[in-house]
This record gives sequence, structure tokens and C-alpha cells, in this order.
Amino acid sequence: MIDSKIYGEYVTAWCPGCGNHDVLLALKDALARQDLEPHQFALVSGIGQAAKIVHYVRGNGFNGLHGRALPPAQALKLVNPELKVVVESGDGCTYGEGGNHLLAAIRRNLDITLIVHNNQIYGLTKGQSSPTTMTGHVTKNNPLGVFDQPFNPVAVAVTMHASFVARSFSGFKEHAAATIAAAIEHKGFSLVDMHSPCISFNKVNTFAWYKSRCKEVAHDPANWDEAMKAAMVFGEEIPIGVIYREERPSKETLLPQCRDGAMYRRPVDMDKVAAHMMSYA
Amino acid sequence: MREELHLILGGEAGQGLDTVAGLLGKAVVRSGRHLLTVQHVMSRVRGGHNNFRMRLASRPVQGPPDTFDLLAAMSRESVDLHRERLADGAVILVDGGWDMPPEPGLIGIPFAELASRPVFRNVALMGVLGAMLGIGADILRELVADNFRAKGDQIVSSNLDVLAAAMKWAADNAPSLPLPGEGDGVTRLAMDGNQALVLGALAAGVRFCGYYPMSPATSIAEGLAQVAVDLGVVVEQGEDEIAAANMALGASYGGARSIVPTSGGGFALMTEAVSLAGVMETPVVFVVAQRPGPATGLATRTEQADLELVLRAGHGEFHRAILAPATVEDCFHLTHKAFDLAEKFQGPVFILSDQYLASAVQSVEPFDLGALPPVAGPDLSDADPDAYRRYDWSAPVSPRRIPGHGRSLVLADCHEHDEKGHIIEAADIRVRMQDKRLAKLDVLRAEILPPVSTGEDDPDLLLVGWGSSGEVLREVAAVLQARGVRAASLCFTQVWPLAPETFLQRLHAAECVVAVEGNSTGQFARLLREATGFHIANSVLRYDGRALTAGYVLERLAPILEAL
Ligand SMILES: Cc1ncc(C[n+]2csc(CCOP(=O)(O)OP(=O)(O)O)c2C)c(N)n1
Ligand SMILES: [Mg+2]
Repeated sequence: MIDSKIYGEYVTAWCPGCGNHDVLLALKDALARQDLEPHQFALVSGIGQAAKIVHYVRGNGFNGLHGRALPPAQALKLVNPELKVVVESGDGCTYGEGGNHLLAAIRRNLDITLIVHNNQIYGLTKGQSSPTTMTGHVTKNNPLGVFDQPFNPVAVAVTMHASFVARSFSGFKEHAAATIAAAIEHKGFSLVDMHSPCISFNKVNTFAWYKSRCKEVAHDPANWDEAMKAAMVFGEEIPIGVIYREERPSKETLLPQCRDGAMYRRPVDMDKVAAHMMSYA
Repeated sequence: MREELHLILGGEAGQGLDTVAGLLGKAVVRSGRHLLTVQHVMSRVRGGHNNFRMRLASRPVQGPPDTFDLLAAMSRESVDLHRERLADGAVILVDGGWDMPPEPGLIGIPFAELASRPVFRNVALMGVLGAMLGIGADILRELVADNFRAKGDQIVSSNLDVLAAAMKWAADNAPSLPLPGEGDGVTRLAMDGNQALVLGALAAGVRFCGYYPMSPATSIAEGLAQVAVDLGVVVEQGEDEIAAANMALGASYGGARSIVPTSGGGFALMTEAVSLAGVMETPVVFVVAQRPGPATGLATRTEQADLELVLRAGHGEFHRAILAPATVEDCFHLTHKAFDLAEKFQGPVFILSDQYLASAVQSVEPFDLGALPPVAGPDLSDADPDAYRRYDWSAPVSPRRIPGHGRSLVLADCHEHDEKGHIIEAADIRVRMQDKRLAKLDVLRAEILPPVSTGEDDPDLLLVGWGSSGEVLREVAAVLQARGVRAASLCFTQVWPLAPETFLQRLHAAECVVAVEGNSTGQFARLLREATGFHIANSVLRYDGRALTAGYVLERLAPILEAL
């Protein structure tokens, strides 16, 4: 295992006490456990407080647009399957603005890891409701409380047979690091719904709130029925750990043109281009 | 002897006329003649009325034909729809089984006899047309056999029997309409604009295509998908256009030359990614194959009305280049060039084509692949990796390294950022970084394609067009010159940035300037005025969804010519 100091130390734009600090430590820890040197991986994010994490890790990085972390990350993996690709962003970015991309990414099943810093609120824009904000939660934009039902990312991912679905809590540092490491190690699309409290704009889902509710699951993650049952639980108890796992080949291993490593190194085969051209004669 | 022959094949969607037009076009080209086939199809899978207009000649042809020497009508509606487009003495081929009053030129093909089953009708029609045109039996047989090869020997041989019977019937019963001129024995390709564009992208080393299906751009992605494994291209259908465009940027960050084919409605969803390419300084080639808008407009028709959209798309200020091919050959060369330009200045380059050009099949000589200029690539040096800064501002264009190649770390960012790619808010860094990006205009300026001009330097009439209207203008100018008018044409294949020093003099020197565009408000004329101050007072515009033709332009020029 390499020393996680290799990933650098940066001044962050996060509030003191924000769960994101713990997620950052867990990520560095997980990268180190996987023996990944900075040039061997790329972090891809969108926009939000969580998404700034790309700027706080020494490594390759692509900080894309709000909601759009998954599309560039998947394309990057397709054109360079040798690179480890880890996507991080917030609940608003991933489940709201980028919701359709999540569904498609689960279906594509590329060997990438998605870590969602789920604080159940829009942090960077200072406190509007997100897709995971609970019904009844009074926010600045919902003075009567949120009427909409919350989105359950874990249940959706399990329903779609995502190949690795886990939930963790930033406050449980070892759990968070081990879960991320397992997700990175897993071959295929892995989702880690990481509860990471926002201390400034979410006074409902606090450290204490998560801490008293998060309990490690006991079922076999290969059992879809059990996984689905656990996935539907969220409230007085919050199951954490690997909820569902299904081994199947990831897309880049199925595409013949992705099997020869990074595409940028491949020269143009003009003879083949010429042969294609002459098929029009 | 005729120099040209114009055919129109009309019928319902789902009848397979596209196959007949495609095979016949190939046969014409293999016979050493020149070809242009223009597609007019409705946005439906069955029924309605589609037609294919073919211009066959012994010399290179330009725009779409206006009048026709032969109509092959596979639906009765087709006869009435196209009658007014027929030249004197035109032949009208119909189904002999229809109850139609006889008229001069009307010939009923006994499909009931020649095609024992409806699936054979297309080959029977091809046999009749091939025989009338005097195309060699060997050429026709080979094309039919190749077309059905995958379906097995049995199907090939029954189709060849139908072909032979149809040719024999035509030799005995139909008039001869021989192909113009003598075959010149030159090998040519029968290719549409999108196919040439795909070829240009392949020759440039395209490695990633992100798309979401939308006419008339879909055949670009499908064309790439057909050869993707063999030539090493990842073609990924996005869940939407937003994904497709953002994917292309991720792929390009990973070092893969990336293309994003779409049409106006899809491109509207991609504008955030255009802006992202601008600030991230990431090369990407967008193809916007225009169709009439607003919104869904006319899905399978043509227009040149997205120039202003493409020119302004994306929030914030950054540079871009917009290339507008006039011909199928341009589609090849400009796409190849677009990849080079995108890498050289590290930003978005656009190919602005349209439905007409995307689907128009032209005869072109094989491209000299060996003579293509090299395409710029990223910096694969990995020299002094710890000192590497993705947005090094010591020059406008910073070395672009690829993540995972060596130990250099590459940070691409959508915020304003410092040289390393880290998010910043400092006023001085912002200004310096924005100035650095804007200074890349010089890289684009050094490569601007001047407009293609024909005619004298100080003509009485100067026709100005862009993109696919260019070919028609050259043809109109030539027709007018033959009538004694001092006419000239100026066709822009790059519409942004513009280099006024290469054309402004010509605008001033002309007695009368007319802008010819496939839109309803004269977008390019407006752009020229913005860029040069020169106001083009006259215009011929077309926005009925159909391609500009010489006949259309000449008719509308008449009052302007009278006033000259
Ligand atoms: C296209 C676009 N829309 C809206 C915004 C404004 N915006 C920035 S972050 C954000 C929400 C962030 O919430 P989340 O993804 O949960 O991240 P957090 O800050 O909570 O970590 C919004 C709406 C934006 N930057 N871009
Ligand atoms: Mg959030």
C-alpha cells in the first residue's frame, strides 16, 4: 500500500466540520489501498461543493459541468480502459441535473466508480431541496416543507441490477474508505451513495442523525431479493455496506475496439481507410 | 447528343426506391459518367411520397436538376406530382397494370409479368432503366449480385433472372435514352456528403463519436459504427445530446479525436458543452447538419438557418471555427481539416452542412489519402512532468498532455482556473487566462479558407453564397455568362472567422451583389455586414425545405437582372 500523502494537501472551500473532509480522507485512503499512483487514475466531477474534490487530490482530473460528470467519465474509460476512473459529485448534480446519465451509466456498466456525496441538500447554492431531501423538510425554497417524495438512489440502482451498489456514511471513516476501495476494486459500474452531512444548510440530516441510524447490512449482496428489501429501508434505520453486487463483464471489455489499450496511441491505418473508400466505387 | 440526362424516381416510402437510386447511381458511375442524386423524402416509414432526382452527365455536375427527361413513377400520385417538372418529350414509366389513359411518352412496365413477387419490382425497374440508359449488363448484374449476396445464392439467382427479363423487355419495348457522352474509364466513387464526412474523419484518425439520433446527421454515426471495430472507433449513443457532447469532451481529454454529429434541435441541447470546450480548451468537432426549424421543423428537408445558432452557441466569450462544405468533396477535406484545426487551437470546430448535402450522392474521384496534410496531435512528450501545467500561459496554446500518458498530471476545469487547472476567483488570473484563450484567434486566422470565386474581378453581378448554396451559384454564374451577363460567384466554405482582406475588394468591385441563401432572413449576409460593414442589398432566399437549384435562383434573379 502506498502512502496517501502522495495525493497532496490542499486548502479546501468546505466549511470546517463538513462531511466532505472525511470523504476526501476516505478517498485518498482507498486510492492508496488500491496502490494507485496519481498518474494512474482520473477523478471526474460536476459542480457543487462535493464536486470540488477534484481540486483537492493530486492526480488527473476533469471538473466538468453541473450534472455532467458521468458522460465524460464514461467516454474517458472507453477511449482509455487502462485508466482508473472515479466520479464524484453531489446528490443534486448526480440525481437531479444528471439523473438521466445515472440511469444510462448503470445500463452501460463501464468499469468506473461513482461516489455521490449525498447531503440531501443543495450545498453550494445554499440550501435548496435536492432530489434526496426528505418529505416535510423545510428549506429556503420550500417554506411549507418539501412535498415531493425523495429519490431512492440505492433502490433504483438495485432495481436496474447495477453491478455494485453500496451505501456508506462519511462519519464512519473506516467504513467509508473500505467501501470506496471495494467499489474501485469491483470490475464494473459501482455506485457508492455516501451520506456526507452538510453542517450549514441541512439541520435535519446531521452527523448525529446519520450516526444513530446507519447499520451495516447482514444479507448476501449477491441476493437480489434481499438487496431490494434492504434498499427500500431508509429512515429510522439506514442500511449501509455493500447492498448489491453482480459480476458481469463491463462494456469496455466487450467492445473489440477497446481491447488494445488507450486509443490515442493508435496510428491511422490508411490502408483500411482506403479500402473503406473504395467500397463506394 | 445530350450532355445531361435527368431522371426522377418517385413512389411511396417503404417501396425501396432508395435502393434503386443507389444501385443505379453506382452503375452510372461505373459507366464512367458523372452523377448527382438528390433525395426528397418524407419523415415517415411507409406511404407518403418520396422521390430521388438524378442528374447524369459526361462532365462534372453542380447543383440539383430542375427539369426531367424521365419519370419512373412507382405510385400513381407520383405522375401528377411531377408532371410539371418534365421536359418536352419526357418518358413516363408506370406500372402496366394501372388503368391509365394513353398519352405520348407513357410506358407501362408489365411488373405483373416481370416481377412474380412484389419484392422483385425494384430489380425489375433497375433492369428497365439500366437497359434504357444503355448500361452494360455486366455492371448491372454485379451490382444486383453484390446487393443480395448476404441473402444467399438462391435469392441472388432469382434476382438476376428478374434483371435479365426486365432488360430484355426494355430492349424490345422501351425507348433508348443513352447515358450522355462516352464513358471515360475513370474510377469514381458514388458517395453522399455524410459518407464523405465519415471518410474524412477516419482519415484524420477519429477515435470517438458521441451522438443521439437525429436526421440528417444520424448516418454519420451509423457510417462510423459500420467500420468502428475495423478502424478503431468508439461510437456511443448518448442518452441525450447533452450526454453525447459531454462524452466527446471526456474522450478528447483522454486523447481521442472526437466528433459529435447532430442537427439544430440536438445541437441546441449541446450548447453547454460548446462553452465547456471553450474554457477547457478541449478539441472537438461538431457536425451540425441543418434541417428547417424552428423546433422540429421539417425533419427530412433542408435549410441553412442555423448559422447564427452555431456562431453564438455557448455562454461566455471564446473562439470557434465554422467550416461550411459546398460539395461532397468538401465534406471529406473540411472534416479532415476540422480535426487538425481543433487540435491546433484546442477548441470547438464546426462543420455546418445540411440535409441536401448530407444525402446528395455525387460522383467524386477517389481522394488522395497519401497527400493529406498531417493532423496535429497532443503533446506526448511527458518532459519534466512535475513542472507540467495544462494551461501554461506563456503562449496562447498550451501543451495538451493526455492523462495516463507518462507521469504528467492533467487537470481540465470548467471554472475559471489557474495554469495548473485549479479553480480560482482572482481578478488578475481571470483576465490573464481569458486573454490567453482569446489570443488563440491568431491560430485560427492563420488557417482561414478564402471564399472560392469564379468570374471576373469587377462583374456586373456577383452572387454570394455559403455552404451547399455554393455549387448552385457557380452553375448560375456560368449559365448567365453564357447568356452574355458579366456574372461571377463567391462561395464561402468557411463562415467563421472571416478574413475580409480575401474578399471585401470583390464585393466593392461588383456592380450588383446578391446573397443567395437557404434561409428566410439572410443570415450570412447579416454576418458579412457585421464583419465588414458591407451591406448586400439584394437576396435570393429559399426556405420551403427544398434545396436551391439553378432554375430557382435564375427565376428570382430575373427582375434584378432587368434593373442592371
Ligand atoms: C447548469 C447549472 N445549473 C445550476 C447551477 C447552480 N448550481 C451549482 S451547484 C448546484 C447544486 C449543488 O448541489 P449538490 O450537487 O447536491 O452539491 P453540494 O453542493 O450539495 O455538494 C447548483 C444548482 C450550475 N452551476 N450549473
Ligand atoms: Mg448536495
